Amino acid sequence: MLRLEKLVKTYKTGDQALKAVDLDIPEGQVLALIGPSGAGKSTLIRCINRLVEPTSGKVYLADVELTGLSSGALRRERRRMGMIFQEYALVERLSVMENVLSGRLGYVGFWRSFLRRFPQSDVDEAFRLLDRVGLAHMADKRADELSGGQRQRVGICRALIQNPAVLLVDEPTASLDPKTSRQIMRLICELCKERGLAAIINIHDVALAQMFVQRVIGLRFGAVEFDGPPEGLTPEVLTTIYGEEDWEATIEAVDDDDDAVAAL
Amino acid sequence: MSDIAFEIETRAGKPWRKPAFVQRPWLRWALIGGFVAYLIASYMTTEVNWMRVYEGLDRGKKFVLAFTSPDFTSRSTDIYWGMLESIIMTVASSVVGIAISIPIALGAARNVAPLPVYLICRSIIAISRALQEIIVAILLVAIFGFGPLAGFLTLSFATIGFLSKLLAEDIESMDKVQAEAIKASGARWAQWINYGVQPQVMPRLIGLSMYRLDINFRESAILGIVGAGGIGATLNTAFDRYEYDTAAAILIIIIVIVMALEYLSGIIRARVQ
Repeated sequence: MLRLEKLVKTYKTGDQALKAVDLDIPEGQVLALIGPSGAGKSTLIRCINRLVEPTSGKVYLADVELTGLSSGALRRERRRMGMIFQEYALVERLSVMENVLSGRLGYVGFWRSFLRRFPQSDVDEAFRLLDRVGLAHMADKRADELSGGQRQRVGICRALIQNPAVLLVDEPTASLDPKTSRQIMRLICELCKERGLAAIINIHDVALAQMFVQRVIGLRFGAVEFDGPPEGLTPEVLTTIYGEEDWEATIEAVDDDDDAVAAL
Repeated sequence: MSDIAFEIETRAGKPWRKPAFVQRPWLRWALIGGFVAYLIASYMTTEVNWMRVYEGLDRGKKFVLAFTSPDFTSRSTDIYWGMLESIIMTVASSVVGIAISIPIALGAARNVAPLPVYLICRSIIAISRALQEIIVAILLVAIFGFGPLAGFLTLSFATIGFLSKLLAEDIESMDKVQAEAIKASGARWAQWINYGVQPQVMPRLIGLSMYRLDINFRESAILGIVGAGGIGATLNTAFDRYEYDTAAAILIIIIVIVMALEYLSGIIRARVQ
């Protein structure tokens, strides 16, 4: 579904954020990308939809190679990649509905979007998605009136209304409380399963990642250090990714979390 | 856990002060002393003719007293037409100026425009800001002759420099991630501006526009003095004839209109926040 070949990103400052990353994500697979701050997780995600221009290497979405596309063709391909952001990145002064419908901008012409006259099918789909995440009654509220968890759910709707083939998720839970974090992660993973979407989820919280995903990639200094199932994250592996620490507590916490979820 | 050698015992008991902005004491005191000396010297060299001030006080008093008996009636036709012309000039130049400013502001924001466009737009702004209204008005009166057309063009030109610069700065300091999210959905450039940038800068744009309307109105009262139309011509005539009561009437109308605009802009800004 999504394939990265020798993806390199070197910033103007000379920092090598990504060192020839190879990655192959099959259809419908939800993958967590973990690693310390500055390991290049965010850069990796942004190099896929070219919010950050990769220095070299190739990105294939299905059969289309993205790094060489013209700006018009890139826009068409971006429609197939839904993105969910850290800190939600909703346009705060627009309403919830406008934020969700902004996910359709790649499909409608300028005047339609300018006059906010979206096709009926888009409006219906927006309400369906908002209802799915429990926010249909908030449609005409301004985005900055919502709580963190609500905003992120609007962010999820905006990504899904694009009808994407893959979701790029950048630290979806970074500014949420532990309970809301789990709800958001569960929602993302459920929706991916419902729609057969592949997803890359950048995440700081190792325990949370282990709870929800099928595959974990560990990134360190822009290179893949670990690629395997969540059970493979032993203290030794975490040490190679993050450096020396006492990891027993983190891994134990996972077991507790599982019990807690079962109890819910 | 301290990595750097730090002897807490030798530090304890000594007072702490914020480090001075200029580290070297001699340089610090030289700067302060030099500034004070310059200030004293500049006040001493400003000549004051106290006899002239004494005579002038009388005229000043007349002028101030005229406000207690402003004369709206004896030149009411002149005031009416002058005011009407000023208001027309203000509204027309503000609308045209703002309409031209918005694309220039987009071009002058480095995070929205490519470098060549940025440089061109910044140059336009620099030129507009470098030329003071009165100078532009004198030039335009020379070209287009006396009357409100020169004033209208002057104010439109001045609006561009003011509004484009401040709006461009607001665009440059917007939240990048909100705009990035719109770009990631595959929006084209115009849609990106409309959804990602415009909502973020709208309150500022409206606030600045109202403020500029206010400035343009006040400027239109000055431009008449150099023959560019508006209430300024009437005001100037009143001063020339020592008709301070008529001048007072005109000034009172200007003050009332400026205050009304201020009140209106307060209401509008509160609504768009």
